[in-house]
Amino acid sequence: MSASGTTISRRELLAAGSGLVVSFSLLPALRLRAAESGGLPGSLDRAPMLDAWIRIDEHGKVTVFTGKVELGQGMKTALRQIAAEELFVTPESIELITADTERTANEGYTSGSHTIMDSGTAILNAAAQVRAILLSAAAQKWSIPQARLRADNGFIVSDDGKRIGYGELVAQRLHVAASERSRLTPPDSYRYIGKSLPRVDIPAKVSGGAAYVHDLRLPGMLHARVVRPPSYSARLRTVDSSKVERMPGVVKVVRDGSFLAVVAEREYQAITAMHALAEAAQWDVPEALPAPNDLFSYLLRQPAQTSTIFERGTPATDSEGAFQATFRRHYQMHASTGPSCAVAQLKDGVMTVWTHSQGVFPLRGAIAQMLGIDEKRVHCIHLEGAGCYGHNGSDDAAADAALIAAALPGRPVRVQWMREQEHAWEPYGSAMVTKVRAAVKDGRVSSWQYEVWSSTHSTRPSNNAGNLLAAQYLAKPHEQPPPRPIPLPNGGGDRNAIPLYTFENAKVIHHFIPAMPLRVSALRSLGAYMNVFTIESAMEELAAQAGVDPVEFRLRHLDDPRARAVVEMAAEKFGWSRRTTAPGRGCGFAYARYKNQSTYAAVAVEASVDRSSGRIQLLRAVAAVDCGQTVNPDGVRNQIEGGFIQAASWTLFEAVKFDRSGITSRDWSSYPILRFSAAPQSVEVHIIDRPGMPFLGAGEGVQGPAGAAIGNAVAAAAGMRIRELPLQPALSVAFTASKRISESFAPCRSPRRTDCPSNRPRVHGRG
Amino acid sequence: MITLHVNGTTRTVDDDPQTPLLYVLRNTLELNGAKFGCGLGQCGACMVLVDGEAVTSCVIPIAALEGKKITTLEGLGSGDTLSVLQRAFIEEQAAQCGYCTAGMIVRAHALLSRAPAPSNAQIREHMETNLCRCGVHLRILRAVRRASNELQKGGRQEGQP
Repeated sequence: MSASGTTISRRELLAAGSGLVVSFSLLPALRLRAAESGGLPGSLDRAPMLDAWIRIDEHGKVTVFTGKVELGQGMKTALRQIAAEELFVTPESIELITADTERTANEGYTSGSHTIMDSGTAILNAAAQVRAILLSAAAQKWSIPQARLRADNGFIVSDDGKRIGYGELVAQRLHVAASERSRLTPPDSYRYIGKSLPRVDIPAKVSGGAAYVHDLRLPGMLHARVVRPPSYSARLRTVDSSKVERMPGVVKVVRDGSFLAVVAEREYQAITAMHALAEAAQWDVPEALPAPNDLFSYLLRQPAQTSTIFERGTPATDSEGAFQATFRRHYQMHASTGPSCAVAQLKDGVMTVWTHSQGVFPLRGAIAQMLGIDEKRVHCIHLEGAGCYGHNGSDDAAADAALIAAALPGRPVRVQWMREQEHAWEPYGSAMVTKVRAAVKDGRVSSWQYEVWSSTHSTRPSNNAGNLLAAQYLAKPHEQPPPRPIPLPNGGGDRNAIPLYTFENAKVIHHFIPAMPLRVSALRSLGAYMNVFTIESAMEELAAQAGVDPVEFRLRHLDDPRARAVVEMAAEKFGWSRRTTAPGRGCGFAYARYKNQSTYAAVAVEASVDRSSGRIQLLRAVAAVDCGQTVNPDGVRNQIEGGFIQAASWTLFEAVKFDRSGITSRDWSSYPILRFSAAPQSVEVHIIDRPGMPFLGAGEGVQGPAGAAIGNAVAAAAGMRIRELPLQPALSVAFTASKRISESFAPCRSPRRTDCPSNRPRVHGRG
Repeated sequence: MITLHVNGTTRTVDDDPQTPLLYVLRNTLELNGAKFGCGLGQCGACMVLVDGEAVTSCVIPIAALEGKKITTLEGLGSGDTLSVLQRAFIEEQAAQCGYCTAGMIVRAHALLSRAPAPSNAQIREHMETNLCRCGVHLRILRAVRRASNELQKGGRQEGQP
């Protein structure tokens, strides 16, 4: 009898090539988790051998491998829980190896909230299949039916007291192709999945243990700093580095075209030399950026690839009384607290790079191309960095380190970006414009037309040197490949642009803008944040037009029971129907299903707005989420709380500032983010767990609904709606302006009105 | 040569006297706690205690620190002997990436050493100097609250195991 109370009727072991192929024929009654696409479950599809995921040595020591990485989202803990569950060992007995181009499966990028979906699903199934192999090996060894055996904390145990360790049974024998189907433990007997186990990485982080690539110290390691150009399009005309080369500790000045760096024995020597080298460098600096106060019209004037991505029924042509609104979002940063860092060493013809990249494999290909060497000669190893929230400077710092280390064979070289470099050179979340035209009839949306304009949301390394910052500035520069839209259902600028509401007549158009005046790439949730902000702002305004409560209005247009469940739960836990109104206070609601296929999230927010200054204060938030089978509830809560607060920071405060020649947001005062005083009193997270259902991934699910619910609460509190992100600068201007003309022109009190000048503040180039 | 008193021991270092403390702590003394965040004194990731005050080590040259008592995160507790605050951060799971955590704990330590029973508003105001990007703010506030409560319950001071 196995722990799951079911048995395998027949098992075939077929020798095939160098390993074994195991196939199972299963009783129809068994609960299966077959891959939705028909292939192997999760990332097993990309790496089908079981020992790519799980190895057991002769002493029974279990090592689990993942091609994903820890970003502070808690995956090192959650993946151990998953493996432990199906292997019947304890999570703490498992060693987990994360992305390493020589050791783990290639799972692409750790992005899109896919870690648990891809890697978690692979490990869950691989572990269950390994357990099946263990049971069958013991059955064979003892010549007794498997029904009399069970797995127990690293041993297979028989009902008559025989006992054998996993190591003795299968050590080095897991080079076996995975099967499409696994016999999984039923959720009601889970011991680890669904439990809030404490994070394995936190103890080192609270006590100064080595936790980051920044903490790596190799024997003979040198420190380098890069002198970046004053702007994107600047080119190095000349530099006299002779003085810098004589500075204390300086080992080398590296120059290749407009790529300029200095290497020193000690870190502060490198920083001092970097400043001196920057002084010595002369650049040609063209004024190549759009005028900041013309940003959005500039973007709209660019050639775009326009496609209709959704069409249902016959949306109305523009008609009298229809709702029409345009929304804008400024460029926003990842703004990691720790500037990007990497260590590289060229030794015996192999370039080893320790990096906090989200994708060591696509980075490896890009670095190999940049260095002009075979990718077999590049080894990328992930070590943690500061939280990245998408594609920030991590890959570029790795490229910097590799270029510099290539000039100093044998010596490990550590590069860390300066704060101003991180702010000015990381790829931002794209500025976006969205437009809604809609109408309501009989309490429902009768027509919905939506357009979104955006640059790309991914310029990730993708095995192409042209995506690495340094490579674009070499004497023989690598050209950045032309950006391409990310196909739906994931989407980029059009992620979550298609409404999930049951609108009878709807049309959605995506204008993909290949131009990117500012450097852009993937920022947590990509276009979903702005699209959900727009859709959910419009829904609140349309509900007001229809005279229907905004939650009720959403429910009228939702038929997915899981969507309805999160909306109803958020509303109930928030006390939506009992909410009170007071001058300067307001509540807002929003809902979305991330990527239209992943986590369901509904958020309710209460905020206040100071009537004299326009200062926004978030008071409280309640979120309800359904991310399928929950692995670690506190981990999900941490992600949702953090996602809410980060989205609050974007929504209230964040806009990248620039002028015609370059980025001017170069520190925390010129790019302010949320500090403690602006955090709400509480962010309550309610999880609707779905035992046995597929994992959906929690990392980005709340970004859109959080931003939109905040926008709706602020509109209700302010009595006017700002349709430009971030809200706070525009609202401050609006209140100041309306105060100046208060006697002759009262501010609009109805969020419905769009004809009042104070409802359309445009603040450009300021944060 | 500069002599520094770090975490209860005396260390003589040959770094240039103008070197900010942060680089000496991280590289010369191999202490990981304090982090480089901005080099501008704006974010608090590099905070350490100098004579009990939380300061940004990224902007203070070691020349200014002779004779002063420097305490880093490691000096508050490490391994099995964590301080009440460090334990509270674990109990509240008050971290995501954790890059700001060292500075947060050091900053909170300075408050609890001075005022063991601060109000929630005082904690929030005191922590305003430190940036967190993962959005762990409310957990951090809860951790400081928890540590304060436990210190009062036990009649102890933060920093004592």
